[in-house]
Amino acid sequence: MSADFLYGIEVVINGLMAGVMYALVALGFVLIFKASGIFNFAQGVMALFAALTLVGIMEGQVPFAHLINATFGTEIHHFGWHVPALLAIFLTVGVMVVFAWAVQRFLFRHLVGQEPIILFMATIGLAYFLEGVGDLMWGSDIKTLALGLPQGGARWLEDATAGLGGEDFYGFFIDKLDIVATGVAIVLVAGLIAFSQYTKHGRAMRAVADDHQAALSVGISLNFIWILVWSLAGFVALVAGIMWGAKSGVQFSLSLIALKALPVLMLGGFTSIPGAIVGGLIIGVGEKLFEFLIGPMVGGATENWFAYVLALLFLVFRPQGLFGEKIIERV
Amino acid sequence: MKMKTLTTLALTSALTAGMAAADLVIPDLSYRTGPYAAGGTPFSDGYQDYFNLLNARDGGIGGEEVRIVECETGYNTEKGVECYEATKNEGALIYQPLSTGITYQLIPKATADEIPIHTMGYGRTSAANGEVFNWVFNYPANYWDAASVMVNYLLDENDGDLEGKTIALLFHNSAYGKEPIRTLEALSEDHGFEFTQIAVDHPGQEQKSQWLQIRRERPDYVLMWGWGVMNQVAIQEAANIGFPMENFIGNWWAGAEHDVTPAGPAADGYLSLNMNRVGDLPVFGEIESMVHEAGNAAGDGSNMGSVLYTRGMYAAMLAAEAIAKAQEIHSVSDITPAMMRDGMEALEITDARMNELGMAQIGPEFSVSCENHGGSGLGIVQQWNASEGSWTALTDYIAPEDALIDSLIIEDSTAFAAENNITPGCL
Repeated sequence: MSADFLYGIEVVINGLMAGVMYALVALGFVLIFKASGIFNFAQGVMALFAALTLVGIMEGQVPFAHLINATFGTEIHHFGWHVPALLAIFLTVGVMVVFAWAVQRFLFRHLVGQEPIILFMATIGLAYFLEGVGDLMWGSDIKTLALGLPQGGARWLEDATAGLGGEDFYGFFIDKLDIVATGVAIVLVAGLIAFSQYTKHGRAMRAVADDHQAALSVGISLNFIWILVWSLAGFVALVAGIMWGAKSGVQFSLSLIALKALPVLMLGGFTSIPGAIVGGLIIGVGEKLFEFLIGPMVGGATENWFAYVLALLFLVFRPQGLFGEKIIERV
Repeated sequence: MKMKTLTTLALTSALTAGMAAADLVIPDLSYRTGPYAAGGTPFSDGYQDYFNLLNARDGGIGGEEVRIVECETGYNTEKGVECYEATKNEGALIYQPLSTGITYQLIPKATADEIPIHTMGYGRTSAANGEVFNWVFNYPANYWDAASVMVNYLLDENDGDLEGKTIALLFHNSAYGKEPIRTLEALSEDHGFEFTQIAVDHPGQEQKSQWLQIRRERPDYVLMWGWGVMNQVAIQEAANIGFPMENFIGNWWAGAEHDVTPAGPAADGYLSLNMNRVGDLPVFGEIESMVHEAGNAAGDGSNMGSVLYTRGMYAAMLAAEAIAKAQEIHSVSDITPAMMRDGMEALEITDARMNELGMAQIGPEFSVSCENHGGSGLGIVQQWNASEGSWTALTDYIAPEDALIDSLIIEDSTAFAAENNITPGCL
């Protein structure tokens, strides 16, 4: 096999891994859209906020320290303790649950029955509000996420495969963080599917997703289910924030990862968890292969627009996405 | 009684307005929020702290207090223009927008309004030709100088010969990122190295394709024109593929502490350019005691001494020196933007003066003239020491290839003048 062919395989493998990272972000969108019909523009900011909160708790940072110091003339920044990673993750999940409750209590409860576009606009406002709160709470500096996640190429794989395609082939490169992300995504999806299939609240969640009014009529609390769904989306956002934050540090551009999830959703469908995964994989492989094969001819940096072009092509032929529910309007 | 109160209020307002008008107004188009806040905040802190020091220690400049008018741009070009429009009528003497995108929008506006812009190490490179860009200054160095300084450093590292070497440019796919391409193409022809370009789309959070390409093609050196998250991700990805950090050089906007710390020990040895030295300067002690301890710090004080804080302070010092020069030329303390421009054009920064200011060797010696708004173009190469968490200067100030850079500046600025019906000349 030639080195070029093997490098092509390497690009496909890394595209799959990148696709998993995109899918992690897309999953949060799917959960909320499926249960409530709301396209949550704030999902990327939720990932940022969750990651900021995790690092803040781990480092014992005083929330709103700048505000407190500016108001009272104090000089407090840290509590002086460090919280173990696992405990910090649990506490952050707790914060995201409180956030989910607050979103329902103070925002969407007042918007029941409004048009989807109104709900969408509300999530835009929510995104900017949450970004501002994150800045006030934890500051705008870049934070290092010290969770001990493995980073760097899997050298054993490189060594084992080096020379397969001649001396110009340096072995397959796979980032260890991407391998971890793939494992986490598998567990996450399996957990979400098991939760929705085999638990009482999961079945209630599916019932609400199928028909709100029918679910209400059998005694399911819409309020509780929506808090549950936003909490789950908050947890998924935390996982995405951890994986992306491990690459770049936790910083405000993390909120832009939502842009990577949009073509995944267009392709996989807004209502399907497997769709988010498969959509992510197709976008990941597609954009990486296009960059590898065509990029050099057109000056490179093709990935962002190619992902959207690919998603648009799917939209033309299958508007509901690969796994989305077919839209049937009865007259 | 009521009439008396109203009269007193009116008089107080008039007096206050009069006093405000006599201040030296310096707008600070900062970005402390959003994705680029990590770079914008320390720069703005340093910029404001230095003017606050001058107010506290010297009563301002030439007896006039400096009034800083901060406006948040979020590194957004539209907001930057809004900030300019909102602040220019306050008597703004100089704008330093810290954004190439905002700079490009402000060049025609500030030229029409006759307010000088200073874009140190960013913005439109050919603005160094002061005969075409009368109101724009980019001293002490510009992007093309940076590209040339990088190549000169590599020439030194390779006994003056880059023949057969491969140099890749990893760049932000924007006007900013593309700035050095023309210079590097010309330098590759002159020195015989192979030059490849690798673009990264905004914001640069995902760079797997680019680094797989670097891994396949194995260039000898990678130069980086990045900003924001692109820098942190690139340094992490370079470490991931095992690219030698000492062969990876970022420009001066890819060489701050926050660019390297997320990668941890893996960033050790990474190189970057700098237009100003970092280190413990006597002026920091004065800022600490007279600004921070007095409760007048622009931020929380934690950024003092960092690369971008020092650069912001350096930018403020250059502006303050130009104000003093303008006051000297026109023999008035309350200067206008046009007088400020004269001061900038007559600016001379010497080692003796930097020593006197408690900023020994913070930058190179240089002088500005009508023809040359770009300064000397010198830069140093610094290296990140991850265990100590600090930058070390590897070189003294390195000069660019002036003949090449000057010819490129003339070519580009002449074309700009022709397109915009500008007759080159000094004011």
